[in-house]
Amino acid sequence: MLTIATGNRAVADAVKAAKPGVIAAYPITPQTEIVEQIAEYVTAGDLSSRYIPVESEHSAMAACIGASVGGVRTFTATSSHGLLYMHEMVHWAAGARLPIVMANVNRALGPGWNTWAEHTDAFSQRDTGWLQVFVGTVQEAYDATLMAFKIAEDERVLLPVMVNLDGFTLSHITQSLDTVEIGDFLPPFHLPHAIDTANPLGYGPMTGPADHFRFRWDIERSMRDSRGVITEVEHEFAERFGRSYGPTEDYRCEDADVVVVAMGTLGKEAEVAIDRLRDEGIKAGSMRLRWFRPFPDLDLAGREVVVIDRDYSFGFGGVVAHSIKSKTGIQPYSVIAGLGGQEVTYNDIADFVRNRHPGEEMWFGVNDHV
Amino acid sequence: MTDINARSVTNLSAIPKEEYLYKCTSACAGCSSSLCLRYVLKAAGSDSVLVVPACCTSVIQGIYPGTAMNVPVYNVAFAAAAACASGMSEAFAAMGRETNVIVYAGDGGTVDIGIQALSGAFERGTNFLYICYDNEAYGNTGMQRSGSTPLGARTTTTPGGKPTTKKDLDRIVEAHNPPYMATACSAYPLDLYKKVEKALSIEGPKFIHILAPCPPGWRYPTEKTVEMGKLAVKTGTWILYEREFGKLSISGPSKAAMKRPALLEDYIKGQGRFKNVSPETLDLMRQQVQQNIQRLAREEAGVC
Ligand SMILES: Cc1ncc(C[n+]2csc(CCOP(=O)(O)OP(=O)(O)O)c2C)c(N)n1
Ligand code: SF4
Repeated sequence: MLTIATGNRAVADAVKAAKPGVIAAYPITPQTEIVEQIAEYVTAGDLSSRYIPVESEHSAMAACIGASVGGVRTFTATSSHGLLYMHEMVHWAAGARLPIVMANVNRALGPGWNTWAEHTDAFSQRDTGWLQVFVGTVQEAYDATLMAFKIAEDERVLLPVMVNLDGFTLSHITQSLDTVEIGDFLPPFHLPHAIDTANPLGYGPMTGPADHFRFRWDIERSMRDSRGVITEVEHEFAERFGRSYGPTEDYRCEDADVVVVAMGTLGKEAEVAIDRLRDEGIKAGSMRLRWFRPFPDLDLAGREVVVIDRDYSFGFGGVVAHSIKSKTGIQPYSVIAGLGGQEVTYNDIADFVRNRHPGEEMWFGVNDHV
Repeated sequence: MTDINARSVTNLSAIPKEEYLYKCTSACAGCSSSLCLRYVLKAAGSDSVLVVPACCTSVIQGIYPGTAMNVPVYNVAFAAAAACASGMSEAFAAMGRETNVIVYAGDGGTVDIGIQALSGAFERGTNFLYICYDNEAYGNTGMQRSGSTPLGARTTTTPGGKPTTKKDLDRIVEAHNPPYMATACSAYPLDLYKKVEKALSIEGPKFIHILAPCPPGWRYPTEKTVEMGKLAVKTGTWILYEREFGKLSISGPSKAAMKRPALLEDYIKGQGRFKNVSPETLDLMRQQVQQNIQRLAREEAGVC
């Protein structure tokens, strides 16, 4: 059904379609609308989930963990400080191989208090064993959330999935949204290691080095297998509902000499910049990185690359720039921009390309080459 | 032949013979908390799940892939037990399952790091049983103080004796108005058994606080574990009661003790953790015992 919605509303609508058994909810700007909207659905009887209004994000994830291993589909949403407050349980969820889906509305971390978009929150959970996808439109927020359940619950994966959307620039903007009748796209929830009192097992007891090591390898093996599962699910989604997605969204890349790599809404903004640059005769393209974990193989050989990082790893560099450097050997022009909601327009992005210095790092608005 | 299961449980021999906590766990010799867990599980039966945060009970189970328990045990992070149990309880409700969800947590995981999750779960009316076994310190990490360590007790982080009093967990839980809460002590397993049975028959959040003497922590010989629990009750240091839908009733063993408590010194002197406790501290401890006895006696008599 065609409608208009915010990014937050799109996530809530996808959750309604996925019908989790248990939802744990705790508010934080700019995510709050998601848990409020879901509460409306549950109260109105449009969604029969058990809704647990927990007292903290640590408990939100703990409740999802208990519910998931109890044997039902689970969802929660958070952002920024909420995500970091639940960090211990974020690790636990992946280590316990529970297919929890969480929306994270990307927001900067204090101090000082800043509720605008930044990717530092999600990247701080980079090594937890969660799959992470970043979306760029309202429609994609909906589609990716639906697919997240299917990917997470696939027995070849059984890892949690974080759906990331930019605070305000996506969570609160309105675009068209086509909601679908999901039919049997999501099979009934089945967790092979769900709690069964007829078969009493110890879950997560003390574990020696050899088994611990094996379990960690098992996470990595599933992370590797998840690439194929993601592709399968995205194909099936395209066949059923007509919208296709991949590890990146490439725009005018085929013949590009220079490619802008960005994530989230800046990745969409880059497309407008590319049109500008093309008009000027610059053969530019953009590649919006959707999946951050598992990190995809990128076809960037032989091109110049401009990476926009809405994050920073202090004492090291932009997280995406360095990921690309280590994956491809390319020395990108690393632009740090948009932190704490800093405005970055398509003109600015076009300037990054025009004034690029491969191998260098530039903090936009601080030490520009402009 | 008498059918043991049909008989009401008025003596120990009537407690079911099924074992859910196997022999030869990795608990210390004389560990009373594992003794309690054995009775808790007998009362709960096989359709039960234990949720266990970091504590001695995470050790007692043994090492993967083994388990010393014959019910599913979900181990979870230190602060997370009550919240994890909330999720599990809701999942079972969503599936129409009546499985008991029981948290078995130490005092540190309850009165300190886990109190926020505990409070949240009780406020939300979660259908579960939360049991705190109280060995009055952080046992797992080698006997550091907890908020539940009593005044004057030496631990590895209070080598000169704890300068402040024990946090009154029960009054905190009581403020949440749960339908059922009780205290128990490892030295009175039948009393504990009955309280667990009753708790599990009631819908909503239930709480049982068990005093669990701990030989290495309290520094007494292992064979004195039962005696130590009895002395805690007989001196009125630990009072056994139930509070059903707000109504207090003092349990049998504490009734007599409250009228004529044994000398506090009888309890203190056998424990290395109270060695060299000053006369002033001892006096404060005595006053505390008196105050607790009077407060609960007044409440039971309906005098407030
Ligand atoms: C977040 C966190 N902090 C600290 C620890 C270390 N730790 C594990 S168990 C424990 C003490 C547990 O004490 P208590 O809850 O009283 O249970 P007991 O060990 O006495 O049975 C501590 C401090 C931990 N596992 N997690
Ligand atoms: S330290 Fe105390 S509570 Fe922990 S296992 Fe040993 S005796 Fe039991």
